[in-house]
Amino acid sequence: MERKTVKITIDGRLLEVEEGNTILQAGRQFGIHIPTLCYMEHLTPYGGCRICVVEISQDGGKPFVDTACTYEVKDGLVVQTQTPRIIRARKMLAELLVASAPNVKIAQDIAARMGLLKVRFPMEDNRCVLCGLCIRMCYEQMDGKALGFAGRGTGRKVSMPFNTRSETCRLCRGCDYVCPGVIVPCHGVKEPGELCGRCVRLDDMPYCCPEGTFGCFCDKNPL
Amino acid sequence: MRKIKTASDLEKWRQDIIKKQKRDEIVVSVCGGTGCHAYGCKKVRDQFAKAIKKNGFMDKKIRLRFTGCRGFCERGPIVTIQPQGVFYQRVQEKDVDLIVSETINQGKIIDRLLYEDPNTKRKIDSEKEIPFYKAQHRLVLGKNGLIEPTKIEDYIGVGGYQSLTKALFEMKPEEIIEEIKTSGLRGRGGAGFPTGKKWEDCRKAQGNMKYLICNCDEGDPGAYMDRSLLEGNPHSVLEGMIIGAYAIGGSHGYIYVRHEYPLACKNAEIAIKQARRAGLLGKDILGSGFDFDIEIAKGGGAFVCGESTALISSIEGRVGEPRSKQIHTVTRGLWGKPTNLNNVETWANVPLIIEKGSKWFASIGTEKSKGTKIFSLVGKVKNTGLVEVPMGITLNEIIFGIGGGAKNGRQIKAVQTGGPSGGCIPASLFDLPVDFDSLTQVGSMMGSGGMIVMDEGTCMVDVAKYFVHFLEEESCGKCLPCREGLKRMGQILDGITEGRGDEETLMLLEDLSQVVGDTSLCGLGKTAPNPVLSALRYFRPEFEAHIYQKKCPAGVCTSLIQYSISEDCTGCGACAKVCPMKAIEGEKKQIHRILTELCSKCGSCKDVCKSNAVIVQ
Ligand SMILES: Cc1cc2nc3c(=O)[nH]c(=O)nc-3n(C[C@H](O)[C@H](O)[C@H](O)COP(=O)(O)O)c2cc1C
Ligand code: SF4
Ligand code: SF4
Ligand code: FES
Repeated sequence: MERKTVKITIDGRLLEVEEGNTILQAGRQFGIHIPTLCYMEHLTPYGGCRICVVEISQDGGKPFVDTACTYEVKDGLVVQTQTPRIIRARKMLAELLVASAPNVKIAQDIAARMGLLKVRFPMEDNRCVLCGLCIRMCYEQMDGKALGFAGRGTGRKVSMPFNTRSETCRLCRGCDYVCPGVIVPCHGVKEPGELCGRCVRLDDMPYCCPEGTFGCFCDKNPL
Repeated sequence: MRKIKTASDLEKWRQDIIKKQKRDEIVVSVCGGTGCHAYGCKKVRDQFAKAIKKNGFMDKKIRLRFTGCRGFCERGPIVTIQPQGVFYQRVQEKDVDLIVSETINQGKIIDRLLYEDPNTKRKIDSEKEIPFYKAQHRLVLGKNGLIEPTKIEDYIGVGGYQSLTKALFEMKPEEIIEEIKTSGLRGRGGAGFPTGKKWEDCRKAQGNMKYLICNCDEGDPGAYMDRSLLEGNPHSVLEGMIIGAYAIGGSHGYIYVRHEYPLACKNAEIAIKQARRAGLLGKDILGSGFDFDIEIAKGGGAFVCGESTALISSIEGRVGEPRSKQIHTVTRGLWGKPTNLNNVETWANVPLIIEKGSKWFASIGTEKSKGTKIFSLVGKVKNTGLVEVPMGITLNEIIFGIGGGAKNGRQIKAVQTGGPSGGCIPASLFDLPVDFDSLTQVGSMMGSGGMIVMDEGTCMVDVAKYFVHFLEEESCGKCLPCREGLKRMGQILDGITEGRGDEETLMLLEDLSQVVGDTSLCGLGKTAPNPVLSALRYFRPEFEAHIYQKKCPAGVCTSLIQYSISEDCTGCGACAKVCPMKAIEGEKKQIHRILTELCSKCGSCKDVCKSNAVIVQ
């Protein structure tokens, strides 16, 4: 059966997309880039990092800001991904992100892509960006319920319920696989001829999961 | 208790109750709200019970009533005596025998227990004449003083559940929705969404099972109107919900109460049980064929759990965390079913509108905000407590009329409305009519109805800092701008109050505030910058004084102030005695001196100095 389509406008381009898609998915189908952090295909959109914010207006109404990864397309939506308001917001979000986790590669990448040259906040050194990918991966794709968020506000962190490895955890390493905090950030220019590739190699990792959150695999395992 | 099966049964029951109540010649009402409990009202009530029993009162019939909150909690425990209508305040256990022998037995008024107007020094004996009550319009709260919350008979006696019969037997669901729509009732939980429109959307939503929720999370520090309503008149909330369920086609209701409200939970639970037993809840309500039941859901008491999607998650047994709200809860809410969420006060307004009609309701208030609103008035005013006023009354009337103006002869500077994420409104705008739209226009909001009055001794930077830190603590942490942004805003404000601000600070703070408000996921983050932005809008020079002159004009921020002693010092030495740091020296009868290096800026010396010689700069 054919699925219904709707017509939306993104950055001035009139697009016809299947119903049920989000603005982010629609944009990607047509090569319109919207940056993301906590989004991953095949996992439920979470709407936590807010990096993917866009301006949306509906039925000619006043534009409002919402996240492209959670907002479903509707006939007649007009979306702007690059307005001054959005650029300014994303830049500030990137600054907040990189100030909190300067040694996480994706935070650096996003900050660099937003053209950030200076961070005006005191730096911290968190390894986890609280994107929740690990939790959703575990729950939705691996049928495990081994991870969850604990704590509130700035005290929020990923943890195993009751600090013990759940019986549903099969050590599949799905969490490790999706975690942006596991990727080693680039350490800069090498000597000519030297190969690096640290960011994709697994043998040379200073740590596997952020602060032992997944608590399962390596000899640093606290459990 | 009777089981009533028809509307006429209920009417008959009401007449019997009224007849029986008429036999009581004297009614002594002791306030039993949470506020008065703190002042020992339970002992007062028990003492009355004993005294009434002891005295026998052969010729008089006396009824003792333990009511819900009367709003003037600061003056508790409150006792009123009908039919004279005497209003006694700050009544203690030891006063009871005197009240019984003088007022009840001989009709004499005890001057000492009357309220004294702090402005005119006049003693006032009736509730209606007290300035705190005079300008109020107690439509929703008014019945609190007339009923005992745990007695369904009391509620029925004052006309309770009359609106329900009218709704069930004289109106079609669509007519009820139309009536609510034309009344202009808007949600009292904060955003002011038109209630009738919400009901209509929920009625139209697809689904065989629909839920109704009453929001009594009330995470606002210092606000307690929802508690007082649910605690003092739970049946009015139930009645509103049953009418709503009939209009919407709802089959089950929840009252979400924070567990820190034990009395509200208890009274609501008792009321539900009574209503069930009487046939007003459950299957085939009043023989109409309509089924609806309500249960209590207790919440952990997080501020963010008041947000609709977080509240729903919490009832479902998950972490109380907001989620993206493109699809409204009226279409897909609790357990994925259409759900209608309203605030306690919103529900309690419903029976009134059905009883007296939408025209009557719409005649109160302003063009776009109808009816009354309950505020919790606190801070630097003479009279504090719960006040219910018609929409459109000015801030001046509330603060100077009902509140009696500034305490301690100081100048009032601003009022903070709308709870922690509301904004500060300067005294120059106090002729503003209080309604949803004008408050938003000046950068604040109605919120749940918190109202904190501040005087010249308040530093606005410090206030902004306080609220940002509160919200930082209460943020669920799910989204980056709220979690990280509020933390950084807090750090910036800490810096300003500690003298570490520079030219760029204010720009960064403003920028950051705007982005946090623009991009946060839920209402908490979206409104969190309000206190900062409104303070910057109206009190920018105060921020600048902290940054450029490194001075706190209100003398609050300890890093930026210095204590010293002026020529007015008589050399009494009182300050030197209380100084915990031993930082004050001086000979007897000579002007004393504060050693700045030792001073911890605790302010003890200023508090004890009789000649006002300690100055803060
Ligand atoms: C952070 C946050 C806290 C809230 N707390 C409450 C609350 O304590 N009580 C309440 O009735 N509404 C609260 N609300 C508003 C609710 O989300 C919702 O709009 C309201 O209960 C709807 O009822 P109404 O239409 O009758 O106002 C809160 C909203 C936010 C964003
Ligand atoms: S541990 Fe990794 S995947 Fe999980 S929330 Fe933190 S950064 Fe994201
Ligand atoms: S705005 Fe704050 S409270 Fe709301 S979802 Fe984001 S982090 Fe949680
Ligand atoms: S990618 Fe959309 S909020 Fe994170």
